[in-house]
Amino acid sequence: MEDADILFGIYCPPHPQPLLSPEASEGYAKLRQAYDTCRERIENSDADLIIVYSTTWPSIIGHQIQAHPEPEWVHVDDDFHYLGSMPYKFKMDVDFAECLRDSAKERGLHSRTIAYEGFPIDTGSVVALKLLNPDNRIPACIVSSNMYANRAETIVLGKSIRDALAKQGKKAIAVVVSSLSNRMFTEHIDPTEDRIHSPKDDEWNRKILEFFADGRLEDLSQLSREIHGQIRVQKVVAYKPAWWMAATMGQHNNYQGEVLAYEALHGSGGAVVTLTPSSGSFGDKEFDEDDVEYYHGDRDVLDKGML
Amino acid sequence: MPKGEIVLGCLAPHPPHVVYAENPDQNEPVSEGGWETLRWGYNRLARKLKTIDYDALVIFTPHWQTYIGTHFLGLPEFKSKSVDPVFPNIFRYNYDIKVDVELSEIMREKASEHGIITKMMRNQDFRVDYGTITSCHMLNPDWDKPIVTISSNRNAHYYSAEVMNEQAAALGRACAEAIEESGKKVVLISSHSLSHRHFVTESPLPEDMSREHIYNHSQYVWDMKLVDLMREGKMRELIDILPEFTEQTIAETEAGGLTWMMSAMGFPQYSAEIYGYQSVIGTGNLVAAWDPNAVTREIVL
Repeated sequence: MEDADILFGIYCPPHPQPLLSPEASEGYAKLRQAYDTCRERIENSDADLIIVYSTTWPSIIGHQIQAHPEPEWVHVDDDFHYLGSMPYKFKMDVDFAECLRDSAKERGLHSRTIAYEGFPIDTGSVVALKLLNPDNRIPACIVSSNMYANRAETIVLGKSIRDALAKQGKKAIAVVVSSLSNRMFTEHIDPTEDRIHSPKDDEWNRKILEFFADGRLEDLSQLSREIHGQIRVQKVVAYKPAWWMAATMGQHNNYQGEVLAYEALHGSGGAVVTLTPSSGSFGDKEFDEDDVEYYHGDRDVLDKGML
Repeated sequence: MPKGEIVLGCLAPHPPHVVYAENPDQNEPVSEGGWETLRWGYNRLARKLKTIDYDALVIFTPHWQTYIGTHFLGLPEFKSKSVDPVFPNIFRYNYDIKVDVELSEIMREKASEHGIITKMMRNQDFRVDYGTITSCHMLNPDWDKPIVTISSNRNAHYYSAEVMNEQAAALGRACAEAIEESGKKVVLISSHSLSHRHFVTESPLPEDMSREHIYNHSQYVWDMKLVDLMREGKMRELIDILPEFTEQTIAETEAGGLTWMMSAMGFPQYSAEIYGYQSVIGTGNLVAAWDPNAVTREIVL
C-alpha cells in the first residue's frame, strides 16, 4: 500500500438537528458549535479533498461512490421532515471518485461511481457537508456503506482510499458520519429533555470517547464487533465506521484525539471528534483478527465437502 | 353514509427492475425487458383492479423507514423525481401523485387512538419513496386514483419480529376502522418481497435473465412455504410463523406490511390469488391478492 496523506479525521453524527434546529436544545447547540470548530479547521487546512463515509447511505451492489460534479437537490429526512428541508449543492471530486473506483476494483471490491441528476444524497452526508464545508471550498467524495459488507470488505475499502490518495498525491480529511449508540426514542420528545436512551448506552459511548481522546483508533477498530453487540440497533451486519476510519487513516493508535462534543440526539449518542495523526503512540496491541489487503469475496464454504 | 370497506388486498413487491423492464415514459432508463413472470402477473392483477370500484390505494412501504412512530403522507400532491439509491442505473422516475389526505388523516387519528405513535408528513419537499412508486405504478400505471402512503416503523430493528407483528397488527386494525368510518372503498397494498437476500454484484445488462435466480435454495423453500399457506387460506398461521420466516430469509416482511394488511382484512381464511413468483437480483418476489368478494375471487395460478 502506498503512503497516503490524511490531514485529520472527523467522526460526527448523521442527525439533522445540528443543521436544522441547533437552537432547540443546549445539546444540539454544542454539537453545532463543534461542527463549526471542525469547519474552521478544515478552512485553515490545506486539504485538497474531503472524503465522507456515511452510515446513512446504504448500498447493496458493492460500494457506490458519488461522482456527479455538482449534485443538487432539496433533501428531507424520513423521520425529521417536520424540522424542515435541506437544500444542497455540493462540489464533488470526480477524478478522485473514478480513481477510487478503480483502486477498489484492484483490491477485489465491486465498486461503481454514481452520477445521476436527482440522486438522493443521504441525510448524514448532507448534514456533514453543509456544516463542514458550506461554501464547497474543498471538493468532496462520498462513499456508501454496503449493507452486506463486514470487516474485511470495509477495511479493504479504506485501503483503497489510501491507494487513490497516494496515486493522486492529494491531502484529505476523512469524515465518518455515524452515531455512537444509535437507539433513538420511539416517541416524539421535547428537545430540551433529550438524553441518551439508557445508562448502558451512555457508559459505552463514554468508553468509546475515551479511546478516541487517547487516539486509540485501531483499538476501536478491533472493538467494533463488541460495540455492535452492545449499543447498536441491529439494522446492518456490523458496526463498520471504526473499521473504515482506521483503515483509511492508517491502522494505528498514533493520533491526537479531541472530543469536541458529546450529546444526545433523540436518544442516540452524537459525538463530534477529531483525530490528527501524531508521532506518539498510545501503545501497540496484538489482536485476534488478521489484517487483510485484498477482498476475495464469498468463500463458498457451503458448497465445499457436500455429499 | 354507508360503511367503507376493503375491496382488495395486494402483495405487490417493489424491485425497481419491474418498472425498468416495463419502459414507461416516466422512467428515464430504457431496458430490453426482463422479469416477465413477475410483470405479466402484475399486468393481470392491474387488469383485475380496473374491474373493481374503489376510491383509493393505501400502501404500506418498507422504503419510508421511520423509527419515531408511523407516519402518513399529509399533502394532496407530490411531484418530483425518484432516483433509487441502490439501483439508480435503472430507476429514475418522474412522478406526479395525488394523495387522499382525508383518508390519511382518519387513519392517523385512529392509529393514535389505538396507542400507536403517529405523525403526518406535511413537508412539500419530501420525496415519495421508490417502493410506493414501483408498487403503485405496476398496479395502476394510469395513476388515476389517489393514494395514501404509510411509513414502516422499524420495530423489528428496535425490538423483535414478534413485536413488529403485534404492532403492525394493531395498525391494521386501526386502519380497518378508519376505512369503515371513511365510507370509502379502499385497495390495500403491502409493498415488499418475501425472501430478501440480494446478490451484491450486478450483470452488465441488468435484465440479462440468464443470470437471474434465487439467492439460495433455502430462501426458495421458505418462500414456497408461504405461498402454500396463502393458497390454503391460512393467513393466521402464516402471520404466526412470520417472525421465523423473517429471521431465516432476512425477509422484507420485517417492515410489517403483510401483517398490517392481513390484520386489516381480518386474517382471510380464503385462498389468495397467486399471480406470479420470480426472483429479482436474488430476492424472492410474489404478486398475490386477497379478494373478499367470493363472486369475483379467482384461481389465477
